[in-house]
Amino acid sequence: MKTRETVNIIFCGTGGQGVLKASEICAWAALLDGYHVKKSEVHGMSQRGGSVESHLRFGSKVYSPLVPRGQADFLIPLHAEEAAALKDFLSPSGRDYSRELETAGLLPQERRYLNSFMCGRLAVDLPLKKESWLKAIGIVFGKGHAPENRRVFLNGYRGSG
Amino acid sequence: MIKKKTRGVNINWGLLSGDEAVARGAYENGVAVAASYPGTPATEIAESLSLFSEVDCQWSVNEKVAYEVAYSAAVGGLRALFSAKHVGLNVAMDALMTSAYTGVNAGFVAVSADDPGMHSSQNEQDNRLMARMAGIPVLEPGSPADAKEMAGAAFGISEKFDIPVILRLTTRVAHSKENVRLGARLRVRPRAFVPDIPKYVMVPGNARKRHIDLLRRLSLLKAFSEQSAFNRIERGKSSLGIVASGVSYLYAREMFPDASFLKLGLVYPFPAEKASRFAASVKEVLVIEELEPFLEDEMRKAGIKCRGKAYSFRHGELRPEYMPLLLKGEERPDGKTIGRSPVMCAGCPHRQVFWLLKKMKLTVAGDIGCYSLGASPPLSSLHTCVCMGSSLTFLEGLRKSTGRDTVAVIGDSTFVHSGITGLINMGYNRSPGTVLILDNGTTAMTGNQPHPGTGITLQSGPGKKLSLEALCLACGADNVDVIDPYDIVGLERLLLLRIEEEKLSVIIVRSACLLLKKERGAPVFIDAGRCSGCLLCLGAGCPALKKGIEGKIRVDVSLCNGCGLCVSICRMSAIRKQEK
Repeated sequence: MKTRETVNIIFCGTGGQGVLKASEICAWAALLDGYHVKKSEVHGMSQRGGSVESHLRFGSKVYSPLVPRGQADFLIPLHAEEAAALKDFLSPSGRDYSRELETAGLLPQERRYLNSFMCGRLAVDLPLKKESWLKAIGIVFGKGHAPENRRVFLNGYRGSG
Repeated sequence: MIKKKTRGVNINWGLLSGDEAVARGAYENGVAVAASYPGTPATEIAESLSLFSEVDCQWSVNEKVAYEVAYSAAVGGLRALFSAKHVGLNVAMDALMTSAYTGVNAGFVAVSADDPGMHSSQNEQDNRLMARMAGIPVLEPGSPADAKEMAGAAFGISEKFDIPVILRLTTRVAHSKENVRLGARLRVRPRAFVPDIPKYVMVPGNARKRHIDLLRRLSLLKAFSEQSAFNRIERGKSSLGIVASGVSYLYAREMFPDASFLKLGLVYPFPAEKASRFAASVKEVLVIEELEPFLEDEMRKAGIKCRGKAYSFRHGELRPEYMPLLLKGEERPDGKTIGRSPVMCAGCPHRQVFWLLKKMKLTVAGDIGCYSLGASPPLSSLHTCVCMGSSLTFLEGLRKSTGRDTVAVIGDSTFVHSGITGLINMGYNRSPGTVLILDNGTTAMTGNQPHPGTGITLQSGPGKKLSLEALCLACGADNVDVIDPYDIVGLERLLLLRIEEEKLSVIIVRSACLLLKKERGAPVFIDAGRCSGCLLCLGAGCPALKKGIEGKIRVDVSLCNGCGLCVSICRMSAIRKQEK
């Protein structure tokens, strides 16, 4: 395991948007790069269109599975209205990706890959290898859906110049 | 799962949830039989175990059945596991209490996944207290890696002390993920079942002796708990000593990096001597735990001076940011609920029913499932919901004062779980009433698991399909009707007729859960020129309908399934069905 301070990320959105998949991709990328990873979320009723949030932390050794309020480095919304309630989780130097969501500019047929797109945007700011992200997408989506998700991921990755 | 070279050795790593880790730990330690009933946050334990062909794994009819099937497999000589959500343990409690007396043969582990904060439950009971009442040891992991290790060790403890072991998870443990190291499956020899009537037949004469034996086994377990590596002291720099278990330990460890810790994994029987030594080595002892003051009570019972939490912290989950409040002895901050609430899916067949029940101003005894959402505004037409199967029995009880305008609503899976006995009771006692079984052919709320009414089993393909129609008649129903909920006019007519008759009637409202359907209907079309802006259609609470510009209705075509409920509500014919 690498020695590094813990990175704290919160993904949010509504049921069915792929919030949990987004944090799963990022978690696998961090695991493949040798970090200790913890990810926490709540399943069940949230899949009926309710709010969904997923906390992801990685570093050399992570204790709490939840990001302590005021310590999130990144807030990644997949739904514009869901970020507001979680703003107080951000640290003073933390980054809210609402703007990246707003300017995503995905085609209608690409909207279902929004989670992979936002992962692409996030990947620019994280110390994880691009190959690990691409491999993680393969693990999370399997052969059938990985190619499209990789393509949209790379759109997000490149489009953040 | 990935393979990675570390120091030249191939190691398998997985990113496992607590539930998956329990399954993995049990698998690696030779579990041969597993039984469960779906319930958040425990569902994925059985689902994960079912993927291993070496494990005979089933969805049982309910948790009592599951407990008995798994437990008796262990009595028979095979390592076995039962898993359920916390309230599922209530259903299994009759068997659980006495299984502490009878003990095991091969190892038996009962997993209870508690839900502090009630993310998906009707209460937040702390099942450590249930274990203490039964006299069954409790392991309490804090993370997936912990859960895997403890699930494995639990079988050994069960066999060594001839007793079931409870593995108590909480939602945060069950549904968090972390790197978990994977190992190979142990070869565990099946044990022989040797008939032993004084041990396994609990008639009073035998049971008295077995209770005495349970007390003997518990005192041995107490000594074991004092020595167990699951209960460990971690020395820190400060004079503060923290006693904690489960995920609470991880929050405290995160926020108080300098404190000393007594990290408890085998929380019952409580290692009082170790706790006493720990307390003597620090200046101040703080106990940090969710829900009931279980550890705190054990500390005080042993005469150890310690500080617990404010009374208001007895409900809800802990969070890392609450740690400073616990240290200062302050109250829990107001738990404001943020975010959107769950709703029935757009086009859900349940919505048709609840819209009608509301229109007919009926009192509704409800039950547990997706249709519990019928209580949410704007439908607000489900009036009681206490536990699995309670809709039929509540119908019988409520009607003694409310009269005929009360009906029961229950789902297919819940009816099979524990609604059947209520129906038999009504038939037997000649209690009239109308029962609606919303048969969507699945256990929807927990993620679409099959049940006897579907005829599909968890692992072994087709089983015998239970006929709800034949069953209800056999239970004593005077009429059993089957109707499609999308035929809203027909359903209203049928309801009026059956309520009027004052017999015991079952109406099976049958339409598959939308999540199981591959084909989606075409979204409705809104003729803005005709819309008067009365917004009557919003009364159905469909997430696909929203108030748009100029106060007129707007449809979200990405959500709408074209179920047509709003079409039948609209008086201006402004909403129309479209051909796909």
